[in-house]
Amino acid sequence: MNAHTPLHPLPVTPAVRLQRVVRQFGDNRVIDGLDLDIAPGEFVALLGASGSGKTTLLRSLAGLDSIEGGRLIVPEARSAVFQEPRLMPWKRVWKNVTLGVRDGDARSRATKALTEVGLAHRLNAFPTTLSGGEAQRVALARSLVREPKLLLLDEPFAALDALTRIRMHQLIIDLWRAHGPAVLLVTHDVEEAILLADRIIVLKEGRIADAIPIGLERPREKGTPTFNAIRRRLLELLGVDSGRQPSEDGQEVRPFRGLALAT
Amino acid sequence: MTSPPVLHNPADTVRTIEITPSVARNGPRVPGFVLRLLSPVVILLLWEIASRAGLIPTQIIAAPSEISITLWALTASGELAHHLLVSLQRAVLGLSIGVAIGVVAALITGLSKRGEVVLDSPMQMLRTIPSLALVPLFILWFGIGEFTKVALIVMGTTFPVYLNLFAGIRNIDPKLIEAGNTLGLSRRELIWHVVLPGALPSFFVGLRYSLAISWLALVFVEQINTMSGIGFLASDARDFMRTDIIVICLLVYSVLGLLIDGIIRTLEHYALAWRPSFVKS
Repeated sequence: MNAHTPLHPLPVTPAVRLQRVVRQFGDNRVIDGLDLDIAPGEFVALLGASGSGKTTLLRSLAGLDSIEGGRLIVPEARSAVFQEPRLMPWKRVWKNVTLGVRDGDARSRATKALTEVGLAHRLNAFPTTLSGGEAQRVALARSLVREPKLLLLDEPFAALDALTRIRMHQLIIDLWRAHGPAVLLVTHDVEEAILLADRIIVLKEGRIADAIPIGLERPREKGTPTFNAIRRRLLELLGVDSGRQPSEDGQEVRPFRGLALAT
Repeated sequence: MTSPPVLHNPADTVRTIEITPSVARNGPRVPGFVLRLLSPVVILLLWEIASRAGLIPTQIIAAPSEISITLWALTASGELAHHLLVSLQRAVLGLSIGVAIGVVAALITGLSKRGEVVLDSPMQMLRTIPSLALVPLFILWFGIGEFTKVALIVMGTTFPVYLNLFAGIRNIDPKLIEAGNTLGLSRRELIWHVVLPGALPSFFVGLRYSLAISWLALVFVEQINTMSGIGFLASDARDFMRTDIIVICLLVYSVLGLLIDGIIRTLEHYALAWRPSFVKS
């Protein structure tokens, strides 16, 4: 897909622009002067250990939290999918999807969105009768029906089983191609980030430790030499010592050596 | 005949059991409810026999046959229906007012911080007063007429609804509120689509308590200067040592209790159709 090849350098108007953004709780700066641009239609994954500020950043972008300093520009049309589906248990699936949608024929829009995620047959079901994967797909449909220019995903696949997760990866790529929103995926799964993203941002102590463009063709496969090389580099950045084993392509893995890693 | 080669020690042979399909018992089956009825019927029979033998005097408790004859007489004369209707009117009136006050107060305190600051502590103070302890004060204020009776039922039924609905509103999963916010719901939409449906199960819990209390309160308030109502019927019967009528009043209470429970269940089934226990797979 040409429309979604990584866009570097960035075009004139990014979909998201952060300038010296600060978010702090008391004296604790969770996000510490962050600069980041996301191009329209770009798929960015945000990696980081727990406490690195990645979820905090996403919440600020979603408008759930305020910021204490800097500038933050986001599209007006944006939506979020969280780790839990967060569906209203008392509303049938299609009502959940169109909750808060005020214009147009709600029912037909819900049907269209649910068909896209393969759940047209569960239109009238109550959320409690859905499996974890189905519920998460409803949450995706609920996001898409709003035609977002920025789709925020906060570990949306973390609670799913491995097989469902693989299907969801494919689905998210298909939906992204069909609708073309900028995507910010927060994850702690290094492989997931490499499989999906145009660019991976590694967050450490509220700052960007590194930004790695992923030029791999889609669909991507795990375990190729390039994939493994990126994976090792990311694990290093995240401070996971992969044991200095010589890798398949003969290079020795460097252990993590602190923060001086910016490209 | 040559024996097959021994592959393992016979001592290792696995002990097996065979699981056979279970066979349904033949013959006529006694329905479950008949079996369930059996022990109450036996108890009634023993009671009747003991009464007739003079082991249980009528002043202690009347015989089942005597009770049923009185029940028939009271029903046929319309006396029971009259008292029942009067009691129901009092209960429904008191309950409606009590529930309405409870709901309004819970919405005010539950949905606004300021409302909680202003209204919650007086409600909590009033809540701790047993409503029956207010009888003397209410009689002084409102006299011994209908007003006092209904007011006491209102006092008793307001707080269960208030407390449960308030807790229900405050215990909504904050993640759902957050989801509502990310979906761009206005405050009014958030209350209507998220908060109130989420608090509905708690409201029903409170309503059940209130119903039980309204019924209980009748027993007491209908002893205050009255000539009608189930409570009057019972206290009047006490004065004449009519244990048969007292038992009938108790039966009326329990049947009505069951009936009201059934009504609430039906309401819940309709209003809370989304709950896992109600969802048909």
